[in-house]
Amino acid sequence: MTARRVPFAVSATAVVTYAFLHLPLLVLIAFSFNRSRFGVQWGGFTLDWYARLAFRPDILRAMRLSLVVGLLSTLLATAMGTLAAVALARYLPRARRAAGGLLYLPIVTPEIVAGVSLLVLFSWMGIALGITTIVIAHTAFSIPFVTVVVLARLQGTDHTLEEAAMSLGADELSTFRRVTLPQLMPGVLAGALLAFTLSFDDFVTTFFVSGVGSTTLPLAVYSMVRKSVEPTINALSALLVMVTTVAVYLADRLARGSTRA
Amino acid sequence: MPASTPEQPAVEFRGVAKRYGSTPAVRDLSFTVGRGEFFSLLGPSGCGKTTTLRLLAGFETPDAGEIRLFGEAVNRRRPYERDLAMVFQSYALFPHLSVERNVAFGLEQRKRPAREIRDRVRAALELVRLDPGTFATRRPSELSGGQRQRVALARALVLEPRVLLLDEPLGALDLKLRKEMQVELKALNLQLGVTFIHVTHDQEEALAMSDRLAVMNQAEIAQVGTPAEIYENPRTAFVADFIGEANFLEGKAAGRPGGEAARGSLEGWVITGDAGSFVVPPHWAISEGGDVRIAVRPEWLDLWRPGCLPRGENGLPATIQDLVYLGETIHVRVTLANGRVMIIALRNEGQLIKPLPWNRGDSCIVAWRPEDCQVLEG
Repeated sequence: MTARRVPFAVSATAVVTYAFLHLPLLVLIAFSFNRSRFGVQWGGFTLDWYARLAFRPDILRAMRLSLVVGLLSTLLATAMGTLAAVALARYLPRARRAAGGLLYLPIVTPEIVAGVSLLVLFSWMGIALGITTIVIAHTAFSIPFVTVVVLARLQGTDHTLEEAAMSLGADELSTFRRVTLPQLMPGVLAGALLAFTLSFDDFVTTFFVSGVGSTTLPLAVYSMVRKSVEPTINALSALLVMVTTVAVYLADRLARGSTRA
Repeated sequence: MPASTPEQPAVEFRGVAKRYGSTPAVRDLSFTVGRGEFFSLLGPSGCGKTTTLRLLAGFETPDAGEIRLFGEAVNRRRPYERDLAMVFQSYALFPHLSVERNVAFGLEQRKRPAREIRDRVRAALELVRLDPGTFATRRPSELSGGQRQRVALARALVLEPRVLLLDEPLGALDLKLRKEMQVELKALNLQLGVTFIHVTHDQEEALAMSDRLAVMNQAEIAQVGTPAEIYENPRTAFVADFIGEANFLEGKAAGRPGGEAARGSLEGWVITGDAGSFVVPPHWAISEGGDVRIAVRPEWLDLWRPGCLPRGENGLPATIQDLVYLGETIHVRVTLANGRVMIIALRNEGQLIKPLPWNRGDSCIVAWRPEDCQVLEG
């Protein structure tokens, strides 16, 4: 690209917008390294707050739960979302428009509505709130995201590859395993990372469907804030931001790479 | 698969039809392909030739009729349950697998022992003249078009199928490579005894490679025959026009030849049109007073000075419009009395017989033998 002078108004707007978006996070991350215990003035650099996290059994427990829930729901959502995408693209091309709309519905539904409805559903069915209900809820809201990403990838793949596999003696299952899936892999991985990110930092839905004792990391942060604001929270939140940022970055790279391949 | 009797043809279509929505893709398709034959499906794009191949491969199911492979009805069989292999127009090589694994794919699917797979993959690559040492580990993306073509061929042939389907296999290659592959494919067909079914829109390719071919037009077969039969006796104007070049003439059947025009032995018809009269050989489709349409190949026409027509030949007066020197032939365009343009291909025979030095605007006679008229149906 040739170097072109960007008008001042444009660059100024860009700077302000980015500041508006990211300043709170930057402040949070900065203060997570602040030696001063009470908030606003800078008392020098420290990693103390991060170290302290390791000695908080409640936080460690929440972190473990978030990881378990994240991995389980990612696994389930990725498998189901991928299969849904393949079914829509290859076997139900006509149903795709209608089904596509239904698929996007959970993405645009206000999360609080989703949370409340899941809570109603679980208590109606008599399922005890706990890790199971959290995993089910997280799987449910992750599926459409996985499906959308995998569908995009499917659009770029060549259907004749599957016909070629069949003409070489592979039945539907072998064709999926040996040809379709490897083609879709970048999309599937991107979808999985997205699903994990969604699960790992979800608060609203989890708030409704978690039982006593099943506290995920975001819930733990919330209850800590309610008691008192202490710098360990800054450290914990900064960690959350970093994990999700890395995951989203990877997902984006995979999705991009897949369209170029 | 139960043993089929040797007299069963390799492929048989009986009244096969397939429609997409309300558009028929193929209609009432009936033909047979003998064992070991090189059979081409030829036609313009959208004529149904690829659908025919896909029906045979099992990617489409016929709406009506029956498809038989070696005497067995296969209408409901999945693609992987038919004893055939296919080479795709886009080659459809698996991009995530090496050349070796691409070729091994079908054998792995059949659970052959690793040692056998290795040997047969190597043999198949050598068969299509790809050095296994150089190419086995490469990815399809690292190959040229011609090399991909060979890998696709090896991947199909390694399974020793009884029928090999080729969907415009040479379409993406440049002219020189295409000619080379034409010879090689034909040689493989003879060497392996495998039945080849080949889809193409290139008439020259179909004539050069096929034992027999079916010309398709608008979802139907227009004509089936050997290349010579199709070229020399096209049944319809479409076939005459699609295969090679053709000049068309129309007129009414005025009567039997007699008097000066008679050549004694020839029984036929005198056709009178607004460009003049000419004699055609007997044909079942002609009746007294009926409309007749004929085709004549440019290379079967000759040019004479006015008043010099050889005895027994048809001759129509014309005016030279232009000459195109093509090296091997000289294409002369002439205008007939009715304004119709005809093309005459004069062979360039060097010093042996120099064509007359024709000039634009010269009067001439377009001459040809009555036997070389191709009377068209319908």
